[in-house]
Amino acid sequence: MCLGIPGQVVSLGEGHEHLARVDVSGVGRIINVGLLEDEALEVGDWVLIHVGFAMAKIDEEEAAMALASLQMMGGAFTDEVDAFFTAPSAGGAAPRPVPR
Amino acid sequence: MRFVDEYRDPVAARALVARITELAGDTHFKFMEVCGGHTHTIYRHGIEHVLPSTVELVHGPGCPVCVIPMGRVDDAIAVAETPGVIFTSFGDMMRVPGGHGNLLEAKARGADVRFVYSPLDALKIAVDNPAKHVVFFAVGFETTAPSTAVTLVRAKALGVQNFSVFCNHVTIVPPIKAILESPDLRLDGFLGPGHVSTVVGTRPYRFVPEVYGKPLVVAGFEPLDILATVHMLLQQIRDGRCEVENQYGRVVREEGNVAALKLLGETMQLRPHFEWRGLGFISQSALKINDDYAEFDAEERFSMPGIRVADPKACQCGEVLKGVIKPWECKVFGTACTPETPIGTCMVSPEGACAAYYNFGRMHREAAEMVGQTAGA
Repeated sequence: MCLGIPGQVVSLGEGHEHLARVDVSGVGRIINVGLLEDEALEVGDWVLIHVGFAMAKIDEEEAAMALASLQMMGGAFTDEVDAFFTAPSAGGAAPRPVPR
Repeated sequence: MRFVDEYRDPVAARALVARITELAGDTHFKFMEVCGGHTHTIYRHGIEHVLPSTVELVHGPGCPVCVIPMGRVDDAIAVAETPGVIFTSFGDMMRVPGGHGNLLEAKARGADVRFVYSPLDALKIAVDNPAKHVVFFAVGFETTAPSTAVTLVRAKALGVQNFSVFCNHVTIVPPIKAILESPDLRLDGFLGPGHVSTVVGTRPYRFVPEVYGKPLVVAGFEPLDILATVHMLLQQIRDGRCEVENQYGRVVREEGNVAALKLLGETMQLRPHFEWRGLGFISQSALKINDDYAEFDAEERFSMPGIRVADPKACQCGEVLKGVIKPWECKVFGTACTPETPIGTCMVSPEGACAAYYNFGRMHREAAEMVGQTAGA
């Protein structure tokens, strides 16, 4: 729950205005970006995601480090990412893979 | 990975350790990392064995799963076992023991307990199941509280009638204050939490230097972040400075996430007091849903036992959470209490000090002992 997962914004304005599609390690999911509305998020930006919400805009470098750290966590990361992808999507849309 | 290598560069690490050793001199320094994520990094990378013996890191209460008292888990189970309820929780909370078992056991007995990744997932379950009442077990510091706040606002906007939140959100500043007031712990400074600070910013920590005369440096989660933060703390002390600094500036801003803080203020209010596992009752340390959103407050909708349950006698989570003892100094660590069959909460969450040490730290420690190294050698 406390693990911040880095994701890259693929598209904005999914469903309603506060939703965005992000790519985490090649898989897509809808997240809520309403808490970053002052950040003028754009497609391609990286965000740190907590429980389905983008909590901070980060740069690519931080995203790469956060992801590598999470992968080193092994089981804890796997559980969090499993939850991220298998739980019903926050926006109501079913998760689907993002083509790379 | 290029970026990662820069933050795990052994040459840079050695240079930092040399500076830390020099700055520490012959004095023994004790710094607390408040955040469970930092504890994890420290054990994962064996940082305590890289630091000189003069610098000791103690692990603080910054794992929200670990600080939920057993009585609140029992309350959650009572709600989950109410007919017509779908009880939703983050996966981390499922195995946390209350006085009467955990949520997974309640599920095995027939309660409809489901794990969700996000509170909005819980709200979606409510929308999809109008004949049931869906309760979300909200836990976490300011890192996750804003997501609950957004969910409350959304539930109200959608006019959802069958959804409520069992709010157990806690705030980061009061436990730091409680630790500073604790007579059995002498600290020289803090490694400030990283992710919580993306929301609250760095200003709320000013009382640490101003009132208690201890430096605090907000830290990132890479091994070099931890070393750089220890270095900054020692540099402050040697310069005769005492202030809040931000080592994690690439993510954390001084003002935090203003939108998130505003939403928290609109949907929640401070409780007069809240019990923390191991730390006891701390005033104004937790959030409850405010009157404007009372219709979504599970504590208003359900009668809960609300019975205080003492921690198991054998379990020393309290001492671990205050940094008074190290995980391996607990009598049941690794024997009666393991990640598979946890007695205490510190062993449940992967960010709990005991689980982090059980999974990673002991190997570093055993390896260090095997080759006859002492810390800092």
